[in-house]
Amino acid sequence: MTTSHVSPRASSAASSAVFGGEIPLPAPAWSRVTRRVFGHRGLAIGLVLVALAVLIAIFAPLLAPHDPYHQDIANRMVPPVWHDKGSWTHVLGTDKLGRDTLSRLLFGTRISLTIGLVVALISGVIGTTLGVLAGYFGGRVDAVVSYIITTRLAMPVVLVALALASLTGGSLTTVIVLLGLLLWDRFAVVSRSVTQQMRDAEYVYAARTLGCSLPYILLREVLPNIAGSLIVVMTLEMAHAILLEATLSFLGMGVQPPLPSWGLMVAEGKAYMFFQPWVIAIPGIALFVLVLAINLLGDGLRDLNAPGGRN
Amino acid sequence: MGTFIIRRVLVAISVALTISIVSFMLLHLSGDLATSIAGPEATAEQVERIRVDYGLDRPIVSQYLDWLGGALTFDFGRSYYYQSTVVDLIVDRMPITLTLGGLALALAVAISIPLGVLAALKRDTWIDRLSLLFAVVGQAMPSFWFGLTLIVIFAVTLQWLPAAGSDGWQHFVLPAIALGYYATPAMMRLTRTGMLEVLESDYIRTARAKGLRGGSVIFKHALRNAVIPVVALAAVELGFMLGGSVVIESVFSLNGLGQLAWDAISRNDYPVVQAVVLIIALFYIVLTLLADVANAALDPRIRTR
Repeated sequence: MTTSHVSPRASSAASSAVFGGEIPLPAPAWSRVTRRVFGHRGLAIGLVLVALAVLIAIFAPLLAPHDPYHQDIANRMVPPVWHDKGSWTHVLGTDKLGRDTLSRLLFGTRISLTIGLVVALISGVIGTTLGVLAGYFGGRVDAVVSYIITTRLAMPVVLVALALASLTGGSLTTVIVLLGLLLWDRFAVVSRSVTQQMRDAEYVYAARTLGCSLPYILLREVLPNIAGSLIVVMTLEMAHAILLEATLSFLGMGVQPPLPSWGLMVAEGKAYMFFQPWVIAIPGIALFVLVLAINLLGDGLRDLNAPGGRN
Repeated sequence: MGTFIIRRVLVAISVALTISIVSFMLLHLSGDLATSIAGPEATAEQVERIRVDYGLDRPIVSQYLDWLGGALTFDFGRSYYYQSTVVDLIVDRMPITLTLGGLALALAVAISIPLGVLAALKRDTWIDRLSLLFAVVGQAMPSFWFGLTLIVIFAVTLQWLPAAGSDGWQHFVLPAIALGYYATPAMMRLTRTGMLEVLESDYIRTARAKGLRGGSVIFKHALRNAVIPVVALAAVELGFMLGGSVVIESVFSLNGLGQLAWDAISRNDYPVVQAVVLIIALFYIVLTLLADVANAALDPRIRTR
């Protein structure tokens, strides 16, 4: 391939992308993948914990010892089992309305995971579309998209989301839609820069020469090659969305009672935290562990995706 | 350098304008403001009267232009709730949020840079792993919950520091820790990455080959270069923290901009909401602009991009 065949835009970056890059390894065999996954401690821990959370979310009705919405005024604020006055009937105690904390916690996994997954999908579609177009076309398209990203980054997400959630009347659906429309920036930034690196790769150039249509090139040549980076961003955005939902719900503008959102559980326990600190400790720890697990998974995937990526 | 600065300032101004349009339109189009302000028990006539009184019946473009005209001279109108202009409210509350943001940033810098340098120097030792753990935990901790936990431990159990209010410096310690920890992981990781890169570079090898000893190489040559991107990130993080302070201010009952915004949102006091969103965005825009210019001044290669 000589530079005279490459479009003027392509020529400058072509050498680094095609000749300077590493030689791609053949796809690893399945056993090697598993060895790499479990050889990486953070990734293994994250994977197991996230899988556990998914199982809990799916089987919550079977696992929960009580109905998470059932109020039992006679048994309000029962302490957890390790406390002197605790009992095995309510392992993690009950809240101010006598609802079983463990059951609410288990059902709450559904809310957090749904929020994380759907928000990451919505924002992923928006951000990847913008980023791939900007990275592939460059020039004016890139300038416009970069401007949109800059503008979005300057908007205070928490404030804007709070105001809009309050106007539209907070609910699970509004929170998902709002966060999905707000959190696409990292997808756009990453897919833009990764696409830039590969728009002049030989296989993309070959597809162009063969006369493949633009959607074909973008969907079949570019997208599969940036998928690894996108999955990493997706885990980070899932964690981000879960934390933001909890924050909005904590401030009263997110998921509304009686849904067992973990952020809402912390808000409901706030008045009792001085004498019964477990009412905020339990949902807070659940939130922390889930977000930590997703982040570990994401960090681990990044390391697998780009060896040495931790540095 | 001159053209670089002018170009960046023009972009910053247009971003600010775009944000003012977007936030104005979002607030006016995502629900009926007059109905929200009137409350759930208002009659149709009352809603209509509010619509006319507050000028909400006019075309949205003319409403926006009026508002923008005022905003350019720092006149954001009057609060619907307080007997006061929006500017007075903001000027009154701003020092608390700026103090909180400044302290949180100082704390984050004081922890993340030494920790990042240490982690890079002692790569793959227990110090490196411990600092990584510190970062990973910080990234997963919900800030409102971390704040509440600090209150339970240091204000209620140990009674070292007050749990709420903003009268003296003691009131800012716990909120600054809660907010600052949020900014620490990213800055620490960037310092570590930067140091690792710089330490492997040719000029550090040259400096070592010339016979310069450890301390001098690390602090005079390596850190100075590694810290440039961290300074830029610190400016951005301060912008984020000012926006995120709504959460921490609510947890610690600090009467700053964030609390003002949250109260305004729950009272449908839209002139205040709009003004605070714009002010916080302006802070972010100015901070990133300063970081860009500082970066370009320190590293001439950036200017041509």
